[in-house]
Amino acid sequence: MSATATTTEAKPEMITFTEAFSRALHDAMEMDPTVIMLGEDIADEEGGGIFKVTKGLSTKFGGERVRTTPISEQAIVGAAIGASLAGMRPVAEIMLMNFITVPMDQIVNHAAKLRFMSGGQTHVPITIRTRTGAGAGTGGQHSDMLEAWFAHVAGMKVVTPSTPADAYGLLLGCIFDNDPCLFIEDQLTRTQTGPAPVKGEIIKLGKAHIAREGTDVSIVGYGRPIRDAMALAEKLTGEGISVEVVDLRTVSPMDTETVIKSVAKTGRAVVVHEAPRSFGCGAEIVARIQEALYGQLKAPVLRVASRDVTVPFSRVLEAEYLYKGADIEAAVRRTLDTGSRK
Amino acid sequence: MSTPTFTPQVLLEVWRKARQINLIDEKFRGLLRSGRLAAVYYSPRGQEILAAAMGVHLQPTDYLVTTYRGIHDQLAKGIPLKPLFAEYYAKATGACKGKGGPMHITHPETGVMVTTGIVGSGLPIANGLAWASQLKKDGRVTLVTFGDGASNIGAFHEALNMAGLWKLPVIFLCQNNLYGESSKYEKCTSVDHIGERAASYKMPGVTVDGNDAEAMWRASADAVARARAGEGPTLIEAKTFRFMGHYFGDPGAYIPKEEYEAHLAKDPMPKTRAAVLASGIATEADLEKYDAEVNAKIEEALQFAADSPFPDVGEIDIDVYGAAA
Repeated sequence: MSATATTTEAKPEMITFTEAFSRALHDAMEMDPTVIMLGEDIADEEGGGIFKVTKGLSTKFGGERVRTTPISEQAIVGAAIGASLAGMRPVAEIMLMNFITVPMDQIVNHAAKLRFMSGGQTHVPITIRTRTGAGAGTGGQHSDMLEAWFAHVAGMKVVTPSTPADAYGLLLGCIFDNDPCLFIEDQLTRTQTGPAPVKGEIIKLGKAHIAREGTDVSIVGYGRPIRDAMALAEKLTGEGISVEVVDLRTVSPMDTETVIKSVAKTGRAVVVHEAPRSFGCGAEIVARIQEALYGQLKAPVLRVASRDVTVPFSRVLEAEYLYKGADIEAAVRRTLDTGSRK
Repeated sequence: MSTPTFTPQVLLEVWRKARQINLIDEKFRGLLRSGRLAAVYYSPRGQEILAAAMGVHLQPTDYLVTTYRGIHDQLAKGIPLKPLFAEYYAKATGACKGKGGPMHITHPETGVMVTTGIVGSGLPIANGLAWASQLKKDGRVTLVTFGDGASNIGAFHEALNMAGLWKLPVIFLCQNNLYGESSKYEKCTSVDHIGERAASYKMPGVTVDGNDAEAMWRASADAVARARAGEGPTLIEAKTFRFMGHYFGDPGAYIPKEEYEAHLAKDPMPKTRAAVLASGIATEADLEKYDAEVNAKIEEALQFAADSPFPDVGEIDIDVYGAAA
């Protein structure tokens, strides 16, 4: 926490993603006594979490509200569900996204469905925080983006931020939402910085964000690739290419309206995500665009994603696996080369 | 704690709860056989006494997490008949508006919080309910029921470990009816008694004859008192037997005839009825009068369910997500 008296208006306070996650958790606990946390190593005795996101919370709010658990992902998510049925707002940490394969039954069969199956008598306002992302050499079982699995389950909300300020606002959005939310934190960008959020400012879920306005082509995505898209948009300005960047923020349920509005304006779209290409969320985004805008599109909608293989360990192979900024640029140029720019 | 007394009055109370379950189960099986009810159904026949002997210790505010074979637990917890039956009939007036069905009965007003169709999944959720009670200090206990098969699933072990560590006010009630789906207990479970498994999780493990009203009532009293006093969880293994197979229509060919008949000879319902009469707390006429009263309530609730409308198709889009927070 680096807010100091010397911070001037011209130079906004910059914070990392990790700091943003921490502040959101802290402020949520301060705002609402029903916010409780559980997960592996999260209490201060164990170091405040492997990524230090929960550091300080158990000391400040007590071990009753911030509990380190055994390595028992089914028990973690189940306990979060049960406590939420009794009126709490639990935040469960699943250390890495690949570990979420263990409590899938709790998430898919219970968290997502109890509201519907009970006819609305109960609901499950839990947040599952998890971390992932390829590019750090963590190999096949510590890097996957599995968001499409959860986006495919009615009742779940899937959220991932592309800036520290969004990280703060969206995490608060998840905690105070009345449905089960999966909040994905990117492990590669955790030390990157951005302007600090306003304390207590919640970003409501279900609304996409026009991260940058443009007129020639829309780049639609979420999470880390939005940062690549923003850099690319800046770069292409010099060539007179105007790129609009649509950050879904909430992957599911998806804000189709904002996406369609953007692509209706630009006539071109490139859809991007880090997860493997096939059967990913990108396919759903493309389908919705063509369903709404067939006949108005100036070029086929293209997808940029990672390769359909297991995330490899070797840096050389991992780089080959991952989508690249250059892929987004190539796709943007291809859509622009199709048909007339006007 | 002082040892509670199993009085004839308590025996009668257990009998009445169990008999209500028994009469409803008989009615449902008749309706299913004649085609007047079309629903998935997992009969609790044989497990009535254990549910009732536990149920009499619980308050409406206590929580229950049960399974697809859970109608006896739900009734013992006090769920009213009309919304229960209407849910079986898939009607809009059902507890879950016809959207959950028999395997997902929910009725928070009587503490029926979750009914799951996934073996073993209820235990981790029960911990969460109990954790909330521990945090709020609201004095509630959570009962989670499951079969012998569930004790072989990972979630059972994760949940018992966490409950033991956190001293949660939860009661794990394993209804060991000796068969997991079509497989015999001995073929799938490595210990002689599931109660032994508690030793791994620093909690009392009690193996009891679930078909013995008094023994089951005592085991339940201890577990509920322990949970309510903040002393932590208990694993109760109630030995029992299910007479109607895994699902309604299960021919049960995997159960040897002699074994079945041996269990039938120990059927807890006639045994408990005889005990009630022998205690002098009620006469044959009293029990018949009670049956008639329950049957009248059953008929009334069935009529309500039959007369109720199906859900409006627009209901499909409701309760997927809540209103924006």
